[in-house]
Amino acid sequence: MGVGMKQMVVAQGLTYEYHIRDEQGKVEQTEQALKSINLSIEKGQFVAILGHNGSGKSTLAKHMNALLFPTGGTLWIKGMDTQDEDKLWDIRQSAGMVFQNPDNQIIATIVEEDVAFGPENLGISSPEIRKRVDDSLRAVQMTEYQGHAPHLLSGGQKQRVAIAGVLAMKPECIILDEPTAMLDPSGRKEVLDTVYQLNQKEKITTILITHYMEEVIRAHRVIVMEQGEIVMDGTPKEIFKQVEVLKQLGLDVPQVTELAYMLRKEGIPISDEILTIEEMVESLCQLKQK
Amino acid sequence: MLRNITIGQYYPVDSYIHNLDPRVKIMGTFVYIISLFLVPNFIGYGIVLLFLWMLIRISKVPFSYIVRGLKSIIMILIFTLGLNVFLTPGEHVLFQWKFIQVTGEGIYIALFMGVRLILLIMGSSLLTLTTSPIQLTDGIENLLSPFKKIGVPSHEIAMMMTIALRFIPILLEETDKIMKAQMARGADFESGGFIKRAKSLIPILIPLFISAFRRADELALAMEARCYRGGENRTRLKQLAMKKEDYKAIVIIGSLVIALVLLRMV
Amino acid sequence: MSAKTKIIELNKVSHLYSAGTPFEKEALKDINLSIYQGEFVGIIGHTGSGKSTLMQHFNGLLKPTSGTVLFKGKDIHHEEVNKKTIRQKIGLVFQYPEHQLFEMTIFEDVAFGPKNMGLSEEEIKQRVEESLKIVGIGPELYEKSPFELSGGQKRRVAIAGVVAMQPEVLILDEPTAGLDPRGRDEILAEIQNLHETLGITIILVSHSMEDIARFVDRLIVMHRGDVAFDGTPKEVFLHVKELEQIGLAVPQITYLMHQLKARGFNVPLDVLTIEEAVQVIRSQVGIQK
Repeated sequence: MGVGMKQMVVAQGLTYEYHIRDEQGKVEQTEQALKSINLSIEKGQFVAILGHNGSGKSTLAKHMNALLFPTGGTLWIKGMDTQDEDKLWDIRQSAGMVFQNPDNQIIATIVEEDVAFGPENLGISSPEIRKRVDDSLRAVQMTEYQGHAPHLLSGGQKQRVAIAGVLAMKPECIILDEPTAMLDPSGRKEVLDTVYQLNQKEKITTILITHYMEEVIRAHRVIVMEQGEIVMDGTPKEIFKQVEVLKQLGLDVPQVTELAYMLRKEGIPISDEILTIEEMVESLCQLKQK
Repeated sequence: MLRNITIGQYYPVDSYIHNLDPRVKIMGTFVYIISLFLVPNFIGYGIVLLFLWMLIRISKVPFSYIVRGLKSIIMILIFTLGLNVFLTPGEHVLFQWKFIQVTGEGIYIALFMGVRLILLIMGSSLLTLTTSPIQLTDGIENLLSPFKKIGVPSHEIAMMMTIALRFIPILLEETDKIMKAQMARGADFESGGFIKRAKSLIPILIPLFISAFRRADELALAMEARCYRGGENRTRLKQLAMKKEDYKAIVIIGSLVIALVLLRMV
Repeated sequence: MSAKTKIIELNKVSHLYSAGTPFEKEALKDINLSIYQGEFVGIIGHTGSGKSTLMQHFNGLLKPTSGTVLFKGKDIHHEEVNKKTIRQKIGLVFQYPEHQLFEMTIFEDVAFGPKNMGLSEEEIKQRVEESLKIVGIGPELYEKSPFELSGGQKRRVAIAGVVAMQPEVLILDEPTAGLDPRGRDEILAEIQNLHETLGITIILVSHSMEDIARFVDRLIVMHRGDVAFDGTPKEVFLHVKELEQIGLAVPQITYLMHQLKARGFNVPLDVLTIEEAVQVIRSQVGIQK
């Protein structure tokens, strides 16, 4: 049962239970946030994890950089067991995390100082930190803001600074836990474009946790979670075919995908792999010519 | 629009003073304050005033900003002056009414202490006007770090200051939002006696505290995720390093002290 | 058709932030706008478009730098007008309203508004129960601490807190912010329910086109302090190119129709919902079931 080095993340029987205690501290209830998850993610993949609030997706994310530890089963990051105390900091350096609230993850009062925070913690030399800060800010296109105060930036800009802060640690994997939930549409676009670009250019394994289906269309792979379990796993096209199931899970599908589904119900032969407007237009044009 | 407040009084401009190492400025301010107590007479104050005036010119900070700092101590100044003018015993009585007497000595002492206070405040203002909060934090951390050996948590203190500076604008905005939300529900913060007004703050303070705790929680998690494990073996992006100008400044301050000491001996 | 009475009017309203300082910003430019009683209005725009500023002018939280704001014909900033009354009649629910909850129990928190109005205990109890019922929170939760509830529930309690003041106009800022699709659908359904049950005027401020389009009768698009568009959603969404330039997107379905038209399909351009699109396309592709 060797853990291959091609895999960035491997989970076997990963379980996470927590207790809800009453006012006396006695255990009232036990919740299973993750139920025996088996999963493997290869290096360089862009994986989106979809699910509604409470599905366990954020809990899973926090296991991946050892902020939470399994109560059952095992999780390996880059071959390292997250429960191995010696490897804790290596894991956190390899798997960087960007959180939902842009403000609550920026520590310093100047952008470049915040980006430097990670490398400073790793004990990297001053000139090397400088280089990393400049490279990371360039990668997220925030170089001109390096001397700015974070609280004057927009939400999308703050998240890009947070991404730069993670990049500066040179992780091989970036996990983004609902990074766009608090942003407006243009902020969301900024962040997603940055993240998809990073995955393409730098080949960083990217794990995007979200409940917005339009964000996952460009991913290599989509995993859908429900009540602590993985219920769907495939390419975006494969997943969005299953319109009924997704709706039952409380998730959206792109409007054109739902349209295609309803047209098929009416007997019109439209492909079940439509995700974009262009694909729908092409499909309808072909039909019209018949 | 609360986002545009500057914390503290920092006046950003490119000057010799602004570019000095913050440690030199902090220690320099200390020495300056101590030297104020070495001054034996008004001639000494004249020397200090000259020195201060030179510094202010070099710093390119408008004089009005320096004087602004005095506004806050106006009451203390008047109180000190009053005390000394009316209650100092002395030989040259100029005016007397019951136990209140105005003596020549009293006036002299009042002026002496008044000038000292004014020069002290102006000198300290110069420090905060020419040194950004981050630089001050870095300087303090650096100066305190030798004391780590005796248990002074210099890194933690600096980290607390940095985080406080970072979150003050955020919490101020949040307070504003919460106030508006409660006002929309008919909350009244302006009318009523002291107790009523204090109670009316509860709908603001509780949500604010909860929010602050939640932020702290999330921030701690984010710091851990970026491998923060305390101050051990941490490096810095910018390291404080003394330059020629810093050593020159030390010499200049030193000469002020020497001048005052010599004056005392005369 | 009932006569439409104006409930809120803005006449030549301008607002300057930090006037006279280097940070001076014109957030609203000479706005003329009327909201009619019983309307369900959506206000859409980017951060910086002026929509938040506009919203705070409706209930007098902000005062115009020039121009007047009328509620039922009366200037709300007139000295004789009681601010507290205005705030009661024009209810405002801010973004992430659950962050303002502070009382020990849900019941007490919702009672905060009515209490501030000086109502009797009996009246307060009635109002709290009514408003919690409208937002779908049952009596079994009344004695619970707000912090024991889920995010969606907390938000509904916060909305109930404003509804309990029985406003004539209810303004909600980004009511779906931070919610997942299911939570979003629930809240919007609740708001629609509020509109239908209570008949009050509702103003929804948002940056999400698709959310708003489904529910509102009228859509106002803000851009750089100006009203860029004002009409029914169907009317507004005809201006696809201009909306794009502003940085706002129309629903995917509407884009689809525009592209189909460009490719020679004879389709109306003002289709907003999937159901409508199905009908339209069916007739175009002409397949009999």
